[in-house]
Amino acid sequence: MERKIILENNDIEGIRFLDVYRQNGGYQSVEKALKTMTPDEVVSEVKTSGLRGRGGAGFPTGLKWSFIDKKSNNPRYLVCNADESEPGTFKDRYLMERIPHRLLEGMICSSYALGANTAYIYVRGEYKYIVGILNEAIKECYKNGLLGKNILGSHYDLDIYVHCGAGAYICGEETALLESLEGKRGNPRLKPPFPAVKGLYDCPTVVNNVETLANIGWIVNHGGESFASIGIGKSTGTKLISACGHINKPGVYEIELGFPVEEFIYSEAYCGGIKNGKELKAVIPGGSSVPILPKELILNTLKGEKRLLSYESLADGGFESGSMLGSGGFIVYDEDDCIVRNTYNFSRFYHHESCGQCSPCREGTSWMDSVLYRIENGNGRMKDIDLLVNIASHIEGNTICPLGDASAWPVAAAIRHFRNEFEFHVEHPDIVRNSKHGSILQYTNK
Amino acid sequence: MVKVTIDNHTIEVEEGTTILQAARLIGGDIVPPAMCYHSKLKNSGGKCRTCMVKVSQGSAKDPRPIPKLVASCRTEVMDGMVVQNITSPEVVEARKAVVEFLLINHPLDCPVCDQAGECDLQNLSYEHGSNTSRFEEEKRTYETINIGNLIQFHPNRCILCYRCVYAAEQLTDKRVHGVLYRGEKSEISTFIQQAIENDFSGNMIDVCPVGALTDKPFRFKNRVWFLKPMEAHRTCSKCSGKVTIWLRGQEVYRVTGRKNKYGEVEDFICNECRFEKMNSTDWIIEGPRTIETSSVINQNYYAKKINPHVINSLKEKME
Repeated sequence: MERKIILENNDIEGIRFLDVYRQNGGYQSVEKALKTMTPDEVVSEVKTSGLRGRGGAGFPTGLKWSFIDKKSNNPRYLVCNADESEPGTFKDRYLMERIPHRLLEGMICSSYALGANTAYIYVRGEYKYIVGILNEAIKECYKNGLLGKNILGSHYDLDIYVHCGAGAYICGEETALLESLEGKRGNPRLKPPFPAVKGLYDCPTVVNNVETLANIGWIVNHGGESFASIGIGKSTGTKLISACGHINKPGVYEIELGFPVEEFIYSEAYCGGIKNGKELKAVIPGGSSVPILPKELILNTLKGEKRLLSYESLADGGFESGSMLGSGGFIVYDEDDCIVRNTYNFSRFYHHESCGQCSPCREGTSWMDSVLYRIENGNGRMKDIDLLVNIASHIEGNTICPLGDASAWPVAAAIRHFRNEFEFHVEHPDIVRNSKHGSILQYTNK
Repeated sequence: MVKVTIDNHTIEVEEGTTILQAARLIGGDIVPPAMCYHSKLKNSGGKCRTCMVKVSQGSAKDPRPIPKLVASCRTEVMDGMVVQNITSPEVVEARKAVVEFLLINHPLDCPVCDQAGECDLQNLSYEHGSNTSRFEEEKRTYETINIGNLIQFHPNRCILCYRCVYAAEQLTDKRVHGVLYRGEKSEISTFIQQAIENDFSGNMIDVCPVGALTDKPFRFKNRVWFLKPMEAHRTCSKCSGKVTIWLRGQEVYRVTGRKNKYGEVEDFICNECRFEKMNSTDWIIEGPRTIETSSVINQNYYAKKINPHVINSLKEKME
């Protein structure tokens, strides 16, 4: 069943603009929320909906909102995290490019629910052009009384500002994002205190992903229960999946949570199968940070059940035989892809993006990068493989922010599932050195 | 008052105390080591990850354990909290890992480093480090930088604890001592080599846990274990005037702040006391300073703990 919440009306021409968006039912939720509901009612609808954070961690949004410090006399802030920098994830970009008003609608309802009078959208530096799109949309809202003082005559005021980062992956971590928004170096803060107590300018703050906020309008319109009826189990609603890699139809797809992975890869409506009729080798289902899974484990769980695109099903089996839904960056590898090269590439990325604040991440990411570089270039030794596993386990869980974990998981998972390829690199340095591409037929044709 | 149990020792402390401070009140082996935390510097700590401990019971109200290890220097105790430090193999393993990470890019040039003998990293690696290195890549290297004419900065030795950054931010009026770049490439900088001319800039040397920021006039003059630390004071209009002077015979080789047993300065001193009053007649000497820390200055500390396995493992390596 095809169910669209976020990308509803996506193909209508001019949906980017306020008048078209409103003609198609846009901003009804704002009227409903501001005129007929109390902020607490909105929060409880979101709680009922079971909506979970779409940025990667999957934390229940309603619960996050309820942590906000209500005793504090300080102003509250809502911050939208649009620093989408995870390799393989590009869903927020698509959404903001196509339907910026979906995000703004959700933000107005959310700010009202949280009692925030100022909201920020933190856009990553590489998405500079989206700042223009968002600002244009915000301008339209101000003109039509949807933002500013006394929105729609409800005595509720809200200002939304767009802030452009300078292009740092670490600024997608919520506390680093707040530091950056305050104009400081984007170093993650130590938690606790959590942003809900001490966030932006030491005031209670909620940081939510673009896609999470884009769902709020629908929830207000249709109620939390109807949202909860979509999806499967504790994975309610739909999810944007940005599919890329060696598939016939890369792009952003909205699926109902619980959609089978196999159908998603091979069906014509979605990925359309593997490119050039090749075999599927592996999939990273949730952006580069989550563990890679080989074909057998991505299509079916170890128990033999069909793997579904949901928080629970993808995590089935833990990290031994499972992965995570993460941010929905669905990267597909065909039979010719070299997992070692791919792991080295990710490792290089995390090395480059580590903020350098805490020692395990700062030193560990660079160490893994250089060891993988050696293996990839035919200078590795057998003990390096175990060394990598050991470094990864030493970084994991010992850092200030999740970037340490994100750098360790892909390396550990690649070695867990594709150890033979690493060994091949060590044993056949000449073949590895002379091949220009990742493809090494010797081990893929096994 | 809240009750906290650290490695089976229970203590009552005031609310808002961190686990590290509570452990220091108990004292002994259960005190986690700390490289980046400095009690006199606001916001310091949490970065080096050597002080990590396991919280096996969050509080009396919510007895769930905290899933990850926490930085004890920045985590406040809760009533009924149960903490494991040296009794948890997980903590010991993680600490060993952190020491390894801190050392992989450290030049290990202790024989020519002025900090040797009073270096926190030296002590830390002695207690928690391994005797061989698994790191075979090239270490990152930088040029030595002069920060003014009194301080020399060796970025190679720096472990990026940020203590000097906080010191510069909190003791001096101009913020000229930030961090440039990110990740492995980050380095302490004085924003285009701008010298710090503040009267308290010398404290940067004292807060540095390693030999990255060293006293330039004292450079290569003497090894600290040949000097005799004496507590002394003088009337100073800028600071408390309470210092430690390091003597050899009657000659003052250097002046530092008084450090407690955790290597933290008790009173920050001004540059006049530190660099200009180099005659023993400038000072009223109170008496010898007791060096309580696990330091070679206190003599024979390492000798007591020599581990015969070192030879065996070397043998293994040669085979």
